[in-house]
Amino acid sequence: MRPMAPIVPRSGVATQALILVIAIMSFLSCLTVGAVSLVNKSATTWQSQISREATIQIRPGDGRDMSAALDAARAAALRFEGVRDARIIGNEETIALLEPWLGSGLGLEELPVPRLVVVTIDETAPPDFEAMRGAIREAVPYASLDDHRAWVDRLVGMARTMTFIGVSILGLVLAALVLTVVFATRGAMAGNQHVIEVLHFIGAKAGFVARQFQMRFLLSGIWGGMIGGGTAIIVFFLVNWWAARNIITPEGEQASALFGDFAIGAAAYGGVVAVIVLVGLLTALTTRLTVLQALRDIDDRRADPGRLD
Amino acid sequence: MIKFENVGLRYGMGPEVLRDVSFHVPKQSFQFLTGPSGAGKTTLLRLLFMSLRPTRGLITVFDKDIATIEVSELPLLRRRIGVVFQDFRLLDHMTIYENVALPLRVRGREEAGYRSDVLELLKWVGLGDRLHALPPVLSGGEKQRVAIARALIDQPEILLADEPTGNVDTPMAKRLLRLFLELNRLGTAVVIATHDLGLMDQVEARRMILSEGQLEIYE
Repeated sequence: MRPMAPIVPRSGVATQALILVIAIMSFLSCLTVGAVSLVNKSATTWQSQISREATIQIRPGDGRDMSAALDAARAAALRFEGVRDARIIGNEETIALLEPWLGSGLGLEELPVPRLVVVTIDETAPPDFEAMRGAIREAVPYASLDDHRAWVDRLVGMARTMTFIGVSILGLVLAALVLTVVFATRGAMAGNQHVIEVLHFIGAKAGFVARQFQMRFLLSGIWGGMIGGGTAIIVFFLVNWWAARNIITPEGEQASALFGDFAIGAAAYGGVVAVIVLVGLLTALTTRLTVLQALRDIDDRRADPGRLD
Repeated sequence: MIKFENVGLRYGMGPEVLRDVSFHVPKQSFQFLTGPSGAGKTTLLRLLFMSLRPTRGLITVFDKDIATIEVSELPLLRRRIGVVFQDFRLLDHMTIYENVALPLRVRGREEAGYRSDVLELLKWVGLGDRLHALPPVLSGGEKQRVAIARALIDQPEILLADEPTGNVDTPMAKRLLRLFLELNRLGTAVVIATHDLGLMDQVEARRMILSEGQLEIYE
């Protein structure tokens, strides 16, 4: 004896179309999840890179001892908790910084060029910038502290906007996924109406009928989700691979400038798994509700014979 | 077992298809339900099988008023009734064996416990050598016998058959009739809806004749 055939037919054109539609929609959703995760991660990286440093600027002036002022400002900064290091930008480095604008052969004595002290901040416990600003001004009255707050605020704003746009797009794609899964499942179910009726008339309880269809379509949903999600993961790997190989090319540098190391993180892979689970559950739930509705319709027709013909 | 009292039924706002129909199907009884085409035989069968509710009157099935019964109780009542549909309603992706075993699967029974019953029943209806055939390759008579076997597999207390000889030739019709009579002899009440006078003439049985929505009974 061969194993008993499943009560719900294994697959038909409608089921295969359902799997294909689910696979495509899952793929698009997973790509969106990956893109949102990448943007979010890059925005966080930009923000942390900028807020990791502050700059003390000392303006030159007649009779000012620049070297002493730099040392005093550095010492004042280092006294604060949350400051990891303070480094004076030396003469050569300053000249190198200005070279693109002013050309080579520049003498710092000839120009009133401000000098800089780069302060490295502990991001997890940043210092009190207001107090630090006061202490530096006290030590060197013509020095000012730039904590990059304006830049950080703008970047935070931009990062939030980009994440919001990404999450909105993800929301729309997921809504489209939900509707597609619902309608495709209902379409595939329509071809099985006769099975529901036969089961109903041989005395199957509603829960039994729903379970049979739910299992069949849950598998279709998970299968479609895995095809779409799996393809998205392959795409993620390919992108990572391309980024790793092209890091020294102009294209790679461009991508690296925008997206940091261009690596798609664990959140994106977690998102792909979540999309697959969501798709499976949605398909099963839609199937269950459709079957129960079909059974309710049969009972409604029973109660209202006018609906029959 | 099943009792109709002044039952009437209309579809929507149309005229009454059945009017003041009253009868009783006793245990182990055998009856034909007949009448011209469109007289309401199938409608009456659907009322018997609780797939319709009357517009008026009282129907009791196994002592339960079907107008007030909970929907969740209906499957349990339907399991006590075997139905042979005019269009068979077999599942094409399942073999003959699986179609006949379906009611038992639905009741949660293990295959090991019913396999021999299904095989025996299929032999009884003359399909013992076609267990693995799929419905689309069967003749009308074979489909009819599969449908009958499926209706009988759980030993229902009553069997309702809608035009069971409508798709078969005369020798097969006679064979099916013998099958119903033997079933009745074993204790199942049988209601056969047919307009085949030749079939009815072969058996001395109660005739319920539907005409213009009203029922006359000839014992």
